[in-house]
Amino acid sequence: MARTAAKTKAPRKAAERGENDAPPVADDLLLDFYGGMLLVRRFEEKVGQMYGMGLIGGFCHLYIGQEAVVVGMEAAIGPDDAVIASYRCHGHALVRGVEPKAVMAELTGRADGVSKGKGGSMHIFDPERGFYGGHGIVGAQVPLGAGIAFAQKYRKENNITLTFFGEGAANQGQVYETFNMASLWKLPVVFVVENNRYAMGTAVARAKAGTELCHRGEAFGIPGVRVDGMDVEKVYAATLEAAAHARSGEGPILVEMQTYRYRGHSMSDPAKYRTRDEVQKIRTERDPIDHLRETIARRGAADDDRLRQIDRDVKSRVAEAAEFAQISPEPDLSELLTDITVETAA
Amino acid sequence: MAGITVREALRDAMAEEMRRDGDVLLIGEEVAQYQGAYKVSQGLLDEFGEWRVIDTPITEHGFAGLSIGLAMAGLKPITEFMTFNFAMQAIDQIVNSAGKTLYMSGGKVRCPIVFRGPNGAAARVAAQHSQDYASWYGHVPGLKVIAPFSAEDAKGLLKAAIRDPNPVIFLENEILYGQTFDLPDDDDLVLPIGKAKIEREGRDVTIVAYSIMVAKALQAAETLADEGIDAEVVNLRTIRPMDTATVIESLGRTGRLVCVEEGWAFSGIGAELAAVAMEEGFDLLDAPVRRVTAVDAPLPYAANLEDAALPRAERIAAAARDVCYVKT
Repeated sequence: MARTAAKTKAPRKAAERGENDAPPVADDLLLDFYGGMLLVRRFEEKVGQMYGMGLIGGFCHLYIGQEAVVVGMEAAIGPDDAVIASYRCHGHALVRGVEPKAVMAELTGRADGVSKGKGGSMHIFDPERGFYGGHGIVGAQVPLGAGIAFAQKYRKENNITLTFFGEGAANQGQVYETFNMASLWKLPVVFVVENNRYAMGTAVARAKAGTELCHRGEAFGIPGVRVDGMDVEKVYAATLEAAAHARSGEGPILVEMQTYRYRGHSMSDPAKYRTRDEVQKIRTERDPIDHLRETIARRGAADDDRLRQIDRDVKSRVAEAAEFAQISPEPDLSELLTDITVETAA
Repeated sequence: MAGITVREALRDAMAEEMRRDGDVLLIGEEVAQYQGAYKVSQGLLDEFGEWRVIDTPITEHGFAGLSIGLAMAGLKPITEFMTFNFAMQAIDQIVNSAGKTLYMSGGKVRCPIVFRGPNGAAARVAAQHSQDYASWYGHVPGLKVIAPFSAEDAKGLLKAAIRDPNPVIFLENEILYGQTFDLPDDDDLVLPIGKAKIEREGRDVTIVAYSIMVAKALQAAETLADEGIDAEVVNLRTIRPMDTATVIESLGRTGRLVCVEEGWAFSGIGAELAAVAMEEGFDLLDAPVRRVTAVDAPLPYAANLEDAALPRAERIAAAARDVCYVKT
């Protein structure tokens, strides 16, 4: 874990600790990670299949390869904390506890979808679970997340907001406008840049003057952390510290999660801007789920039967979601004109 | 009844709503220590403190988005733009985040926010600082758009906007800030959003206007009265949802319609009113609808050119004569 110009005390320990020293987590938690990551992976694989069958339409951005990020981060925060994400949001919603059935039915555009079928893949919301979307304009969720954090501070809650964005969004002006305000007002927000190395088809180095994204908050006094986002234990440990920092009242912190997406930017992207070898190499050598499976075996956290049981449970949940999403009816035509504004008594 | 300026009416509306509801807060550039770039938020910092009256950096896109986040989390921000010209920096957040999230979330995420500030031309500030955004925001389902004229409008509609659970665009006018109107002594003056007001009754022609153009329309009506033309002046008050019923009823009485706006004609509020008159009041029309708008050019600086560019009472009166087929 590399740390940049942190003016604050709390996270400094991490810098002293070095790359590979995250303390091992308990066996039960490892298995929770495994179940969570597998759920996101299998869910997204099923989404890919269903998209190919024409059951899902429009823009659809898969999260395969990045699972360790949301799973490890979610485990390090509480249910009363808030999360907001970009359009690549299926995984974020699932780990927040949104039912896979409700997410899948949203993707098929059905009445039982989490947004009644009116939002689609990019617009999953569940504020009761502290999940604020699901936003389609690159970077737009960043000031929104700071606003949610402002509300948490205004209400004197001890809660924080994880504000996710991709490394592509890290070039948007509003991200820096938000960094400025969030630091100025010491808002309890963890900015998470999920660096999956390609902003659509543009590699990081082709679009960024300065590729060390964790440093991008420095001018605003926001400490930055770079984390191996393919290792769920490291993600978890870094998030515990980042969340503690944001909760302490010392202001925001920026976490760069170094990760990789296996699929194209969206379903319509053949990803010709990178070699097949590059993808294959990461899948073989750095896959976050394989890595976790090895860790579990090495530590004897669970035997193969237990892992196979988790595999079966996840598969059946995903199959159930896929079936549900196909039987659920299309929204009633009257839904066309509901939820445009909140009706008022007058 | 007491005389009060539009500026004071706006301030009183905010102060009353902030006393009434601890979730209401004011955020924007120079709203706190400076007391408002146009002194609209005078005294609010002293009364409510720096966590409810918040000075932002000059960062419209950012603070608009941050304010929308506040609203999504359940607070009720009043977000001031120093002028709506600067809100173009933030229009993605206003339209895409504030205007559409309720729908996209199937009704789950609300956005109770008021975006307010001066709109339209002031005096001699040239093209980039002189634009009427009524038709821009009026175009968007999911937004409510209000354009008050008098102190009564300003106070009663701003209070209604703050209480409304939806995003509301509240288009004020700098020139009107200092104008004094009679206002009933009522601490709880709340006017309905979506209802127009007939400012002057008349039989011969309906002149529909909003914001400062209501004053011009009333002025034109006086001139017309001297000539024997009895004009009815409708103050729209709300752009969206538009009170088309009041317009059509008035058209039913007069048979003639003139629409006045400070914005450009193309796809403007007058164009919308003309379409409504055709669709809902075709048989009531005794003459084609006429629009009086800004000329189709950026607003110039030179005093004579600026004057020629904006709707004047004489142009409104001339349009009214035209639709009444009166030759001068």
